[in-house]
Amino acid sequence: MARLPKTVIDPIIDQNPIAVQILGICSALAVTTSLTTALTMSLAVIAVLVTGNLIISLIRNHIPTSIRLIIQIVIIASFVIVVDQLLQAFAFGISQRLSIFVSLIVTNCLVLGRAEAFAMRNPVGPSLLDALGNGFGYAVVLLIVGAIRELFGSGTLLGTQVLPLTTEGGWYPGLSLMLLAPSAFFILGILIWAIRSVRRAQVEPNEYPPAAEAREARS
Amino acid sequence: MADWTPLALWQRLLALPNESRVKTVAVAVLVSAVSAVVVAGTAVTLRPLQEANRAAERQARLDAMIAELPGMADILTASGADSLETVIVDLRSGTVAEDLDPAGFDLRATAQDPATSTALAAVDDIAGIGRRPDFSRIYLVRVGEALRLLILPVYATGYQSTIHAYLALEGDLNTVAALSIVEQAETPGLGARVQDRKWLDLWPGKKIANEQGRVLISVVRGSGQTIYEVDGITGATRTSNAVTNMIRFWLGEHGYGPVLERFRRGEL
Repeated sequence: MARLPKTVIDPIIDQNPIAVQILGICSALAVTTSLTTALTMSLAVIAVLVTGNLIISLIRNHIPTSIRLIIQIVIIASFVIVVDQLLQAFAFGISQRLSIFVSLIVTNCLVLGRAEAFAMRNPVGPSLLDALGNGFGYAVVLLIVGAIRELFGSGTLLGTQVLPLTTEGGWYPGLSLMLLAPSAFFILGILIWAIRSVRRAQVEPNEYPPAAEAREARS
Repeated sequence: MADWTPLALWQRLLALPNESRVKTVAVAVLVSAVSAVVVAGTAVTLRPLQEANRAAERQARLDAMIAELPGMADILTASGADSLETVIVDLRSGTVAEDLDPAGFDLRATAQDPATSTALAAVDDIAGIGRRPDFSRIYLVRVGEALRLLILPVYATGYQSTIHAYLALEGDLNTVAALSIVEQAETPGLGARVQDRKWLDLWPGKKIANEQGRVLISVVRGSGQTIYEVDGITGATRTSNAVTNMIRFWLGEHGYGPVLERFRRGEL
């Protein structure tokens, strides 16, 4: 039993899908302009991951290998549509702000990656935990990036004004770079650097060392 | 000896080796069928809620714009709360289309249906919309016989999205009463600033055309100098130009021109 919680805890830092495996970055850039959208997107991804992994794990013994990827994508895509429709019905404002990125969860390598790498080979219980763990790992990074971008970009957190903006008579001049996609890259980069400075094990060996170093290594 | 009950068939199917052709086809068909039912079921069940959300959103934007127009609240209370008239106009002739029900009117569906829209020649299509709907739903406020306010839905292709807006004109049909952007997905922090209160507040009072009737209103680079010019948004040239073209198109002869002409002549 001690093994099970590890499938949940591991993907949050040690095997974080965004910070270590660098999966699902596209949506991580697009939806993190505010904490609310990042939170909604995280919940949507967790929902799709969990339901997708659950169903795929349930029928894993009966999926013919030749069409397994198509089957996985069909199942994942259906859940993505369901989540998108639910958002449009019950959280209309937020679904407008997330626009196309909810439907694009289907192309998120993270979801298909977990289905193919884990749910296809493991029973329902561990698959569920794995989905939860990876979902949380994705959510943690999204929420950190979202919080930083919203706070410094528009001076708010979850829509509440924290730093009063100069345009509204306060003292904080909004940093509009934070509202553009590149800032997400910067924050993500700094975040990965920080995690790898603490956890040296994550640092990958240099595949293409500079010529001088390579010569030294050989001699 | 063969057992043909559904349960037995099902068990035999499951027992087949995964790589057999029958099972491959069966699994593919089953998964697609179940997925289709789930997706269609959700979409159909939730559609009324989604439609209501969209309608509420449009109405809220329109209400907000009317509420913010200076003096408009007084006019509305003075002449009764329901004094906002809703009319469907035929953009080809500039007349009122009596046979269409304003309540069920859908501008976007109208613009997409070849039967109710007109393809625009490239030179005329400055707003980049491809097809122009033949009908549009406009709103007007009259006090007595005099027209006080005319609200026109307009839209254009911006930098990376379609910009939908309401343009409110004063009774002289040459003064902007307000501009309200109801829907856009331009670059956040740049083009999306067209939706900012501060920028939209630049519009009221701007004149549309000079005495000769030439439409001069535009969003300019930097600060607007004349009564026809609105300050541009730095870093959002394409979006600013799109707003200019949107207003010029819809007030021109392919947009509401014929309708405005009839209003000026007092025929509507």
